[in-house]
Amino acid sequence: MAEATESIEEGVKDEAEVIEAPKEPLFSKKNRKLITDPFNDDNPITVQVLGICSALAITVKLYPALVMAISVVFVMVSANVIVSLMRNLIPNRIRIIVQLVVIASLVVLVDQVLKAYAFDVSKELSVFVGLIITNCIIMGRLEAFALGNGVWKSFLDGLGNAFGYGAILIAVAFFRELLGSGTLFGYQVIPDAWYAANGGYYVNNGFMLLPPMALIVVGIIIWVQRARNTKLIEEA
Amino acid sequence: MKALHNFLEKNVKPTFEEGGKFEKLWPVYDGFETFLFVPGKTASSGAHIRDGIDLKRTMNTVIMALIPALLFGMWNVGYQHYIALGMDATFMQEFLFGAIKVLPMVVVSYGVGLGVEFLFCVVKGHQINEGYLVTGMLIPLIMPVDLPLWMLGLSAAFAVVIGKEVFGGTGMNIFNPALIARAFAFFAYPAYMSGDSVWINTSVSEGQSVVDGFSGATILGELATTGSTSYSAMQAFIGTIPGSVGETSVIMILIGAGLLIFTGIGSWRIMLSALAGGAAMGLIFNAVAPYAITEVQQQFMAVPFWEQLIVGGFAFGIVFMATDPVTGARTNTGKWIYGFLIGFLAIMIRVFNPAYPEGVMLAILFMNTMAPLVDHYVLQANIKRRQKRTLKTAEG
Repeated sequence: MAEATESIEEGVKDEAEVIEAPKEPLFSKKNRKLITDPFNDDNPITVQVLGICSALAITVKLYPALVMAISVVFVMVSANVIVSLMRNLIPNRIRIIVQLVVIASLVVLVDQVLKAYAFDVSKELSVFVGLIITNCIIMGRLEAFALGNGVWKSFLDGLGNAFGYGAILIAVAFFRELLGSGTLFGYQVIPDAWYAANGGYYVNNGFMLLPPMALIVVGIIIWVQRARNTKLIEEA
Repeated sequence: MKALHNFLEKNVKPTFEEGGKFEKLWPVYDGFETFLFVPGKTASSGAHIRDGIDLKRTMNTVIMALIPALLFGMWNVGYQHYIALGMDATFMQEFLFGAIKVLPMVVVSYGVGLGVEFLFCVVKGHQINEGYLVTGMLIPLIMPVDLPLWMLGLSAAFAVVIGKEVFGGTGMNIFNPALIARAFAFFAYPAYMSGDSVWINTSVSEGQSVVDGFSGATILGELATTGSTSYSAMQAFIGTIPGSVGETSVIMILIGAGLLIFTGIGSWRIMLSALAGGAAMGLIFNAVAPYAITEVQQQFMAVPFWEQLIVGGFAFGIVFMATDPVTGARTNTGKWIYGFLIGFLAIMIRVFNPAYPEGVMLAILFMNTMAPLVDHYVLQANIKRRQKRTLKTAEG
């Protein structure tokens, strides 16, 4: 909570600056940072360690992970924009409920669209579409950013964070599907002749299909990221 | 030895020291030098117990304790193979056949594991130490003989990286690295780590065939599916049964256990309490066996408790894995609790969930996680007791 209010104050300060200099270009350096930061320095999954639950659950295959990423991009951007539009109308005491109503309506929309046009994936994602409502990343960005910033900035922030989340999701799913099933997007990548069943030596790694391995893959991504970006290493 | 030492000091060492040609490979040189000679450095500050036993000697003792199980395992691999083919073979034939199967496993385990460890130490600039020597010997001993070598190597690499190096290297790991390797292989390649066809090598050459009615199931496999076993308790005790390479012979493991206890390297508290824990769970199962739902389970539960202790990897696990000083409990009271629960859970898992006949592996890994908690409460209890005592003396 303390963090959230702090960020809101920060946001208010930002707005004050915007009023002082109303001719800030659409893609100013600061605005660009809103999109690029979540990819590396401020990634929702690997740095803030949010949204881990869905990253473990739906990353067995690439396709569901991609659909999930797109859904989250849609929900996050729309929710950020809507809440940012309403930010001056929402009474502070009920803001969480208002945010939840906004997210929930968007999620129901996504769920219905998936059921109508991509029923198989919808079945595969099962409850996890519904659980986007409780995705801490979305709630966190609404609290920390959209409530205190203008529409355009909130839009960029939502886009950046959702893509940052989606990128990790797809990276994890890539390794899990490739090593666990030997396929990518359902297409056989590893030649059939390599498999032990066909006289080769290769066997798919069944551990990759289990959620614990997703946690380890995320951990390895965090490890690699911190090794390359020394800014992220906390002082011991 | 003296000449070698002089040669190393004069000609080889400077090239690895700072400013030398192979400066970056210093950890490698340091690792080999300390392996050959007593290190020339001593700690400069603080109070230290002077004792001849260092990490290297500890590790070497454990390896010596593993040798009987390894040799027996080699022979047993050949023995089981020739039984499966229904052929007569001399002792030497059996031993050689097993050695040809088992030695590559040992070589791959050491090669891959040490390779990864050296790589890490060079990149990170750490000192190389002997932590992997025991792990590298344990890994082939707890795998089925038919496991493809690349899977063994992958498991060893996984164990070193995820089981040890990410936590900071030797002495910092939460889980026993050898068991991490086995757990990895078990969950990644279940078809090669469980079932009836992996425990005995049945490769046949021209004109040979597997005898009729051959099953290849381990005792636990048989118990889980039929409730009875075709092997006698004596066979299980001596070790002429199918199973992972080094786990079958209780006698050989007892010899190793004797060495570990005699030298004070393995904790007899953990071994004894694990035995007690396993016996306790076995007795409970014996008592409630008539109430089990299926007939197979009734029979499995009714297996005499002492037989539960000599089949499967129970003996090997509690002697060589549970006693790992890094991942086990540190306090003496904690060791009793830690060991007891390992035995207790191991038998419970193997009987309740036939899909995981090796409850020992899971029980030890689980208790590895719990060991710091056990220690914490033991310490807290001790602090409270002493506080009470001081208060009492102060009042009196």
